Formats: sequence, C-alpha cells, structure tokens
Amino acid sequence: MPRVKVARKSTAIDMTAMCDVAFLLLTFFILSAKPKSQDPVKAEIPAATSISTIPETDFATILIGSGKVFFGVEGDDVRKKTLSLMAEKYKMSFTPDEANAFSGLQSFGVPISQLHQLLAMSSKDRASLVQPGIPVDTTATNELFDWVHSARLANKFLHDKDLKIGIKGDSQEEYPTVDKVISTLQKQRVDRFNLITSLKTAK
Amino acid sequence: MAELDTSGGGKHKGGKVRTKKKNTRVDLTAMVDLAFLLITFFILTTTLSKPKAMELVMPDKSDTTKQLAVPESRTMTLLLGSNDKLEWFVGEPGKSVPSVIGYSDLRKTLVEQDKLIKDSHGGQGMIVIVSPSDKSTYKNVVTVMDELNITNIDQRAIVKILPVDIDLLKRDKLY
Repeated sequence: MPRVKVARKSTAIDMTAMCDVAFLLLTFFILSAKPKSQDPVKAEIPAATSISTIPETDFATILIGSGKVFFGVEGDDVRKKTLSLMAEKYKMSFTPDEANAFSGLQSFGVPISQLHQLLAMSSKDRASLVQPGIPVDTTATNELFDWVHSARLANKFLHDKDLKIGIKGDSQEEYPTVDKVISTLQKQRVDRFNLITSLKTAK
Repeated sequence: MAELDTSGGGKHKGGKVRTKKKNTRVDLTAMVDLAFLLITFFILTTTLSKPKAMELVMPDKSDTTKQLAVPESRTMTLLLGSNDKLEWFVGEPGKSVPSVIGYSDLRKTLVEQDKLIKDSHGGQGMIVIVSPSDKSTYKNVVTVMDELNITNIDQRAIVKILPVDIDLLKRDKLY
C-alpha cells in the first residue's frame, strides 16, 4: 500500500505587502505631523472644557508670557506680505533674504527697530535669544496694533478670508498684560477671538 | 524566523557538484514590527497634544448706541483677586455683602444664584459681570469663562474693575 504523502506547505507568509502598507502609513503620519513650534517664551496654557479646534490657516496667534507679547501668523505668504506692509508703514526696507527669513518665523517678539538683527541671526541663535517682546501700550498706535492690522490686511488680500486671532497666554500671566492685548485688538474692532486652551481632563 | 525549511535533505546524485542556489527572500517580519511600532508612536504623540480654542466675544466698544441698562437685581459681579480666590455679590457694589470663594466652588455658586434669580424674576436669567483685577491671572479668567460656558450663562461680559471693587478686594486681602 502506497502511503499518501501530505505535501508540506511552507509556513512563510509574504511580508512584502504588509511592509509596504506599514511604511506608507508611517510616511503619511510623519509628513502630516506638524513639527511642534518652538515658542520664544514658555507658556503653559490653561485648561478648559471647550473642544473646538484651532484653524490651521487664516490664523494669527498672540503669545503672552512673562509680561511679554509675541506675534505670529500662519502661512509663509501671509507673513511675507505682512512684513512688506509693515515696512511700508514704518518706512523701512527688507532684503529678499530677510523677507525669506521672516516667512519662516513661527512667532517673534522684538520691536520693529530690532527686526533686522533678529532676521540676520541663525535659527539656533534665535532660539537661545531672550526676545524683549513686541511693544504694547494703551495708546491707539502701538506696534502690536500695526502688526495685527497688517496681518489682517495681508490675509484678506491673499486669501480673501478674515484672519482669526487666537490668544495663547501663560496660566500664571497677570491679567493687565492680557488686558492690554485685548484692548489693542478691540481698538481695531476685533471683538471675537479664540483663547487657546488645553483640554481639561476629569479630576 | 518565519520560514521553516521544508526542502528535503540535500542528497547529491550524480557526479556534478552544483553551486547551491541561495534563497533571495529577505525576512521582513522584523521590519514590519518596527514600522508598526513607529506608526503607533506617531499616532499617540500627534493627536493627544492638540490645543483647543475657546471663543471669547467682547462687547463692541465703539458702538455706544446699543447699550442696554442692566437691572441691578439680576446682576452678579465676580471680582477676581489674587491667590486664586474671587469675590462675588449680586446687585450694586457696596450695597450687598460680598462673599469670598475659591474657583472650585464657583460652579455651585453660579448654579444656585442663577436658579434664585430665575425664580424671582420670572425665568429671566442672570447677568454676570467678570472684573479681573490686576492681581488675577490669565488662568483665572479662562476658568471663569469656562465655568460660565458650562453653566450656560450666556449674558456675561468682562468689564474693567472699578475702584470701589478694588477697595473690596483690598479689604479682604485679595489684592
């Protein structure tokens, strides 16, 4: 009697397709992840239960920390246009290199007279520099007013959308600084803004 | 690793010695493991740290024609002082006795007062005036606005603190 031999099947699984999918997903996640922006000042944002998300475009952030005010706007093109509008207003001129350096700045906090020095620095030096903050006071024409105004104009011009403004403040920041920023915004009839918060977790 | 050698034992028949054909397959299991590990890492790190936004609407300062008179009896004033404490009173400043509470008791107070005012004013809701003093922090303001959102009190405004209110805070050593 001839024995029936059961053919031994290979237990190897072809991993190629799985590997392809895994790396595709990995690439997607790496590329879609936004690098965490390095804020020029440490700001621990307060917690709240609100769950609306921050828009990715047409958005400007005013960062408040240790009594200083910083400003940043989303989008390289908007930043460039904002700078050119500011240059016009303050009768300054910026070289194309400086404009490019500015369009890569997430957030900055120097008076406009010191902007040339800031833009000339390498990004490493800039990170270690303690920036003095954008001048804000209670008068109608302070530099923050002009920055916000120019950014709004630039965004309207380039994207034809209203710029939304977010305030990102440090939890321990005393209220007067926040009040100065809010009244600066109200002077140009910006009465709606977003307070950036982290999600409060249940205690 | 994931492959078992299923070929029979190598027996040479005949004289010719052939060079062994090597298997060109590479074991991808470890690579897939690594890729999925990284994916998990990226998923977990990206979605958890997204900040949220809370909308804040301030009253239009330039438009003075639309200002409504507010009945004092329906108004609750919150004075934010130092040391994470606040004072509240209903009615006109100076005429009613303020109480000092911490932020953890704020929600309870808001709900109670809202109910009292609704009962005595035929369903009309409470109006809340938030006056942050110079000694309060940004976190305090956000907490108050958040509590007002939670308790659904829509009629509220952030108003500059009056000297009378500062005196009250000073008296209670919150300024």
